[in-house]
Amino acid sequence: MKIGIPRALLYYKNEKFWPTFFDEIGVDYIISPETDRKIIECGANLAIDETCLPTKIFLGHVDWLIDKCDYIFVPRVGYRFGYETCTKFQAQTDLVANTFRGKKPKLLFYNIDDKKAYRERKAVYKMGKFLKIKRSQIKYAYIMAKQAQMFFELFRRQKEEARLSESKKLKILLVAHAYNIADKYIGKPIIKAVKALGCEPIIAEYFDESECIRASQSVTATMPWAYNRHLVGAIELHKDEVDGIVLLTTFPCGTDSMVNDLIVRTYKSVPIITLTVDTQDGTAGMETRLESFVDILTLRQENK
Amino acid sequence: MNNEIVACFPQFANYAYAFKYLFEKGFGVKYLLPPPITKRTMELGSENSPDYVCSPFKYCLGCHIEALELGTNCLAQILGPCRLNYYGELSERILRDMGYEFQYFNMAAINWHSRKSIIENFKIINPDLSIVRLLSALPTSLAIIKMLDKFENYVRHNIGFEAENGEFDRTYKEFLQKLADIESGKQLKALKKEYWQKLNSIKLNKPTKTIKVGMIGDYYTVQEPFANYFMEKELAKYGMEIYRTMTFTNSIIHRRGKESIRIAKKYTKYDIGATSNSTVAEAITFARAGCSGIIQVKSFGCTPETDAMPILQNVSRDLNIPILYFSFDSQTSETGVKTRLEAFYDMVEARSGK
Repeated sequence: MKIGIPRALLYYKNEKFWPTFFDEIGVDYIISPETDRKIIECGANLAIDETCLPTKIFLGHVDWLIDKCDYIFVPRVGYRFGYETCTKFQAQTDLVANTFRGKKPKLLFYNIDDKKAYRERKAVYKMGKFLKIKRSQIKYAYIMAKQAQMFFELFRRQKEEARLSESKKLKILLVAHAYNIADKYIGKPIIKAVKALGCEPIIAEYFDESECIRASQSVTATMPWAYNRHLVGAIELHKDEVDGIVLLTTFPCGTDSMVNDLIVRTYKSVPIITLTVDTQDGTAGMETRLESFVDILTLRQENK
Repeated sequence: MNNEIVACFPQFANYAYAFKYLFEKGFGVKYLLPPPITKRTMELGSENSPDYVCSPFKYCLGCHIEALELGTNCLAQILGPCRLNYYGELSERILRDMGYEFQYFNMAAINWHSRKSIIENFKIINPDLSIVRLLSALPTSLAIIKMLDKFENYVRHNIGFEAENGEFDRTYKEFLQKLADIESGKQLKALKKEYWQKLNSIKLNKPTKTIKVGMIGDYYTVQEPFANYFMEKELAKYGMEIYRTMTFTNSIIHRRGKESIRIAKKYTKYDIGATSNSTVAEAITFARAGCSGIIQVKSFGCTPETDAMPILQNVSRDLNIPILYFSFDSQTSETGVKTRLEAFYDMVEARSGK
């Protein structure tokens, strides 16, 4: 039996968790390759025009996997730390089931639809039971996977914090969802461009999630989305240490459309630029905008 | 009655009359019936809101600005399962940045599990609030909502077949004018009886076999006539019978959440967020009930409704029913909508004729 994990959306939130878990329970798996033009085009053809770019990419990855494995792992995550996620994460499983109905894909279900903290463990156990794995083995694998993810995030965070405090270059905070910043088509060209301009990219997503969510409570009282709270909290915690903020978003992201406006309205002391990536143009033309943004930052620093 | 506080919810179908009763009789403050949505509302809203936020946000914001111009000083906003939950905070922020001064009653900010939080937030509207009075006004407000839905449902089914043009509109307008001055539950009952008879006595030229069309879509766009370019009226001109399940009564007073999940079970394993489950369930119900076509209206970028679209396509294929998808934003042209509706009507008519 082989399980296919699409390298899109929530994979980037669980980069070590899921692979380690499947390793530990001894199930073979395959992860789809990095996003390329072909995957995007395939996803864009499958999806409704108005769907957001990450979802299109996700469908492209699922399509790549569909003949290469027995089960496709399509998680449904409704809640995170007591807050909602975007509705697209709640609909993911059914979206894939309905879009690929003709090909009759077998899906591996993983469902978190409760605010309670134990729900993730329950979902993992249910999935393990479906794969006919012993309970003790699931428990062990779950603990190992959790630790792997935790240490991965910890090291990533420490590196990011070290760069934030030590670097002498202009520091630019890149604010984007995990699945955008780590995607080869959306985030990576931007990171590269920032580096090429002689600045230090600091990635908001890499800061500690629960700490950031706690910090976000002082900024916004009613924001319902956990992933956006994470980013807003990261800005709140590090706004004085960075020189500029780049809000990297995809078209037409539902949550970002409102939250970015709040961020621009709240943080007036830091220069902010919004970059929107869509299916057609990708990141073309972004370099020019980033260049002029960096020029402004340099001028600001000289004037201080 | 405290004369200084004037409250206002954004314009949303005709439900303002129920809110008016609740605010005036329950909270003891004045309530401004929000001005109907016009092009100007839309322009005011889109000018001041983020670029690609869904259009209901723009309507609500524009409506709040117009209400502030008319002298409201207490704005209110409801809560919901999608982006709607965040409308309140962001629009309050935008309005404050524009320099307006007002009280803001945001239902999303209330912790509904804590009685203290509920009362504290209600006191934003009126500092000397009497809970007893509020609770005593609630049943009549709900009755107004139910009555509006019942009447509008009847009008929707029959407006295409009236013998004398414009009779329904005239009667209904008259009814709404009288509804605004309702003082008690007793008066409401009398009014309901009177106008239910009046509506039923309007002469109809209804053929035995009519073309039935179901309307589904996102919560605001399907219910607010301006947001869907008065589509129900447009359809009625072609002599269609319009069905719509998504109303305030069916979504909030009698929640159909579990039922819609049960109906949609064949297509969706889980609850897929916000209104999409009920959208799918309604589409299935309409198809089974013998509708000739279904129209989905939504605002551009509405995530839950977009997620429901692949499922609706499957429903359309399986149950052999045409579904027309409309996506509205501030730039949609009215002519384009009309042309598409015309084509849809021709198709539906040809299909039902065979």
